[in-house]
Amino acid sequence: MINYTEKIPNNVDLGRDRILQRALEHWQPAYMGWWYDMGPNESHNYEVYLRTAISVEPDGWAQFGYVKMPDYRWGIFLQPRDEKREVNFGIHKGQAAWQEVPGEYRSTLRRVIVTQGDTEPASVEQQRMLGTSCPSMYDLRNIFQVNVEEGRHLWAMVYLLHRYFGRDGREEAESLLARRSGDADNPRILGAFNEATPDWLAFYMFTFFTDRDGKFQLCALAESGFDPLARTCRFMLTEEAHHMFVGETGVSRIIQRTCEVMKENKVEDPADVRALGVIDLPTIQRYLNFHYSVTLDLYGSDVSSNAANYYTSGLKGRFRETKLDDDHVLTEAEYPVSEVVGGKIITKSVPALTALNERLRDDYIDEIADGVGRWQRVIDNAGMPFRLTLPHKGFHREIGNFAGQFISPDGEVLSEEAWKNHEFEWLPSSKDYAYVQSLMSGRVVEPGRFANWIAPPARGINNQPLNFEYVRFN
Amino acid sequence: MDVVATQESQGKMEAVDFQTDPSRYKHWRLSFDAPVATLTMDVAEDGGIRPGYKLKLNSYDLGVDIELHDALQRIRFEHPEIRSVIITSAKNRIFCSGANIYMLGLSSHAWKVNFCKFTNETRNGIEDASAHSGLKFLAACNGTTAGGGYELALACDEIILVDDRSSAVSLPELPLLGVLPGTGGLTRVTDKRKVRRDQADMFCTNPDGVRGQRAKDWRLVDEAIKPQQFAEHVKQRALKLAGQSDRPPNAKGVVLTPLKRSVDEAGLHYHHLDVAWDRHARTATFRVRGPGSVAEDSLEKVLAAGANWWPLEMARALDDAILTLRTEELDLGLWIFKTAGNPDTVLAVDELILKHQDNWFVREVLGMMRRTFARIDVTSRSIYAIVEPGSCFAGTLLELALAADRIYMRDTQEGENAAALALSKMNFGPLPMVNHLSRVAARFYRDEAQMEGLRTAMGKKLTAREALDAGLVTAAPDDLDWEDEIRQAMESRAAQSPDALTGLEANLRFGSSETLETRVFGRLSAWQNWIFVRPNAVGTSGALKVYGTGAPVKFNWERV
Repeated sequence: MINYTEKIPNNVDLGRDRILQRALEHWQPAYMGWWYDMGPNESHNYEVYLRTAISVEPDGWAQFGYVKMPDYRWGIFLQPRDEKREVNFGIHKGQAAWQEVPGEYRSTLRRVIVTQGDTEPASVEQQRMLGTSCPSMYDLRNIFQVNVEEGRHLWAMVYLLHRYFGRDGREEAESLLARRSGDADNPRILGAFNEATPDWLAFYMFTFFTDRDGKFQLCALAESGFDPLARTCRFMLTEEAHHMFVGETGVSRIIQRTCEVMKENKVEDPADVRALGVIDLPTIQRYLNFHYSVTLDLYGSDVSSNAANYYTSGLKGRFRETKLDDDHVLTEAEYPVSEVVGGKIITKSVPALTALNERLRDDYIDEIADGVGRWQRVIDNAGMPFRLTLPHKGFHREIGNFAGQFISPDGEVLSEEAWKNHEFEWLPSSKDYAYVQSLMSGRVVEPGRFANWIAPPARGINNQPLNFEYVRFN
Repeated sequence: MDVVATQESQGKMEAVDFQTDPSRYKHWRLSFDAPVATLTMDVAEDGGIRPGYKLKLNSYDLGVDIELHDALQRIRFEHPEIRSVIITSAKNRIFCSGANIYMLGLSSHAWKVNFCKFTNETRNGIEDASAHSGLKFLAACNGTTAGGGYELALACDEIILVDDRSSAVSLPELPLLGVLPGTGGLTRVTDKRKVRRDQADMFCTNPDGVRGQRAKDWRLVDEAIKPQQFAEHVKQRALKLAGQSDRPPNAKGVVLTPLKRSVDEAGLHYHHLDVAWDRHARTATFRVRGPGSVAEDSLEKVLAAGANWWPLEMARALDDAILTLRTEELDLGLWIFKTAGNPDTVLAVDELILKHQDNWFVREVLGMMRRTFARIDVTSRSIYAIVEPGSCFAGTLLELALAADRIYMRDTQEGENAAALALSKMNFGPLPMVNHLSRVAARFYRDEAQMEGLRTAMGKKLTAREALDAGLVTAAPDDLDWEDEIRQAMESRAAQSPDALTGLEANLRFGSSETLETRVFGRLSAWQNWIFVRPNAVGTSGALKVYGTGAPVKFNWERV
C-alpha cells in the first residue's frame, strides 16, 4: 500500500480520492518500471541536486536537495482554482468553466490530453544516453532536472486521465508508458518525438525549439474551458520555463565559446574553427534550421477543422486568449495563411477559426525570433560578422501547405533538384553530426570543469557555485 | 389550398391520448356475432385529431388509427369467442381512401413519420394476431380501396373486392402525391401477395388502380365478387376462416379496464412504471417495477386478476408510455431503461406464462408483451439500459435491456447487494423482434455455440463480470467509475446528430436478417422519409403540397 501524501506531493486531496488511488496503485509501479528501463542511462544510483515541487505555494514549487531520481517525488499539482472562472471562448463562452468532463467532448479531450502526455516520456527516452557525453556536472544536473520534470508532466496528464476518464483513461495512461520513442512497431504519437537526440547541441536545440512548442500547446490548453486541464497546464508552464532556459543558455554558451575561440585565434573559416575543437557557427545555423522546421510541423496543418472544433467547443484556446481583444468566437474573423501557387508563395485569408494552428505557430515564431536575437547579440558582442537567421516558414516542412514543396531558407521556391543540391548547406549532414559527436566522446564531470566547446554559465543552480557537486555518482 | 401552417406553428396542441374504448369511438363500429366480429369503418369527417382538415371518404388520421388499435385489443382480450374479423366500411361505394392527404400536407415531418410508424405497427399487429392468436382477418372491400385503405386490406388474411365495375384497389401515392405508400403497401404487394414485379410497377404508377377480375389475376385481391353476392360471400368466407382458429368458444373475456395513469411535471406515472424526464439533458428514464410477489400462482388466479395481472398491466403501461413519448416528446432523444424489484419473482412469472401459454389469455398477454417490446426496437430514440443493484433485469424484463443500444451494468465491489441479471426461456424465442429473432439470437448473430452457452446459464444470477464475459452487457464500470462513466455516456449520446443516430440504431438493431416487417420499417425510414423531405414532395410546388389545390406540380427532374 502506498502512503500517498508522503510519497506523492499533491494538492488534489489524493489521500481521500479513491478513484485516483485505485488508478495509481497499478500505474505508479508501471511508471517506475518505465523509469528504470527508459530513464537516464545508468543514473539510478546517482544523487542529483534537484528541484522538487512539493506545493503550489511560492516557496513550495522549488525545493532543492540531493535525491536519487527513482526516489524523486513526482507530484500532482494544479494551479489553485478560481471559483469565478468561465469558459472564455467558443460557443460556451460565458458559462461557468467545467469542473467535470462534458460527455459530449470526452473523446476529443482525451485525445488532446493523450497527445500532449505522450510527448513527455518521449523526450526522456530521446535523451536517455546523453549523460555519457555531458560537458559538465552542471549540465548533467540540468538534463536530469529536465527529465524528472518531463516525468512529472506525464504524471500531470495521467492525473487528468485517471481522474476524469474512467477505464478508458486508465488504459490510455498505461499506453503512455508502453509506447517508445523511435520504435518502429510502437512509436510515440508525434513524428518529432521519434527522432533521436544524438548530441548535446541537438539537446539544447530541442529544449529551445521543441519544448517551446510544448509551452505554446500548454498555453493554449491553459485557456481550456475544462478547468482541471487549464489549471494543470498553468502549473506545468512554470516548469517548462526552466527547460527552455536550459536550451537557450546552452546554445548561447556554445556560441559564446565558439566566438571566444575564433576571436582569440583570429579565425573565421569553419574548418579552422573546427580544428580548435569548438562548433563552427554555420553548423549551429544548420542545427537551428533543422530543429526549427521540424518543430513548426508540430503545430499541424495551416488550415485545420480539428483546431476549429477544439476552439469552438471551448477545449483549446489561443495563446493568451483572455488578453486578446476580440469577440473570442471568431465566426466572422479571418486570418492569413500562405501557400504555394504556380511556383510562388502567396498569402490568402481564410476563416480565422480554421487557421488557429497557423496562428499559434506565428505566435511561436515571434517568441523564437526574440531568442535567436539574443544569440545574435552574443555574436555581435564578440565582434563577429556572422548572422544567425531563422529560415523561412516554408523551409523543410512536411506538414501543412508547404509540405511537398522545396523552399530555400530565404523563401525561394525551388525545384527538388535545386533544393537537394543545397540541402547540406542548410541542414546538418552526417559529417556535421559526426564532428559534433566527436567533441562529445566522453563526459566531463569534475566539479567546476567544462568541456572545451561550451562556456560556463553565468551562475550556478540555486545560487550554488559553479564548482558545486551537482551530481554525486556514488 | 395554400398550406402555410404546420402543426408546430399552431401552438401547443392537446396531448394525443392513445387510450380509448368503444364507447368513445368516433370512426369505427365494432359488432360481434360469434365467431365473427365486424369492424366497420365509418370515419367522421369532422373528427380529426388535429384541426385543419376534413376526414372525407373514409380517410384516416392518427385518431382513427388509435381507435383501430384499441378495437383490435378489445377483440383479442375481451372477446375470446371471436375467431375471425371482417373489416369493412359503412360508406357508400368507398371502403377506405387511406391516410388523409390534407392532414399529411399540414403535418410536420416528425408527425408524418411517427404516424406512419404507429399505423404500420397496427397493421403488423393484425398479422401478428393471425399468426399467433388464432384471429383471422378478412378485408371486405365494398368500394374504392385506395392507398392506405388497400394497405389495411393487405394486412388481412384475405381480400375480397366488390366487383361493381368501378371499385378498384389502388396505390396512387406515387402518381398522385409524389410519395410512396407508407404503410407497407409495396412490401406486402411483393412479399406477401407475390405480385409479379412488372405488374406491381403498373399497379403502383396508375392512380386508378385495378379492379375486378384483373385485380384477382394480378393477385392483388383474393376474390372479386358481384355486389349481390358480396355480403353473403364475405360471411361464408369469414366463417370458413373462423374454422381455422383455436380460440375457445366459451371462455370469458378479460376486460381491459382503463389504464391507471397520471401525468405531471416530472413525467408519466403508472402502477408498474414511472417515466421521469430531464428536459435539460433530453433524457427520459423509464423505471419498470417488477412484480411485488407471485400472488397469481395458478391459471385461475391469473384469469381472476385479468387486466391487473402484472405482465399485462406492465406491458399496457409501457406501451402507452412508448407511444406517448414518441408522439409528444420528440426532444427526449435518449431513453434510459431501469428496473426495480426482485429478479426471482420476474422469473417465477415467466415460468407461469410459459407453463400456461396455450391458454388463450396467457397467450394474448405474451403477445401484448411481444408487440410492446417490438415497438422499442423500431423507436427512433437512443436507448441505454442501466443495470444497478436493486434492479430486476431477468427474463421478460431482460428483454428491455436487450432491446437497448447499450447496456451498462454496475460492477459493485462491496457488500452483497450487487447488481444481477438473469436469462430465462423468455429470452430464447417467445418475445421475438420484428426480424423474427429473439433479441439474444439477433445480438449474437445466431451463433449456436454462444447461444448454447447462454442457455445453460438460464436462471442463474449473473454478476457484472459474468454478464460482461457472456457479452450480455456493454460495459461494467465499477463503483468508483460508475457515476462519471454513466453521466458522460449519456451526455455524449445526447450531443450527437439525432438523425444520424436514428439511422445508425436502425442499422445495428436488426443485424443481418430481414423479414417483411423489417423491410416495411427499413424502407419507410430510408426511402419514404427521404421523399418526405424532398422538394418534389414538400416544396412549394411539390406534389404532396399542391394536391387538391389545382396548382401545377413542378418537379426537379434530376434523378438522385
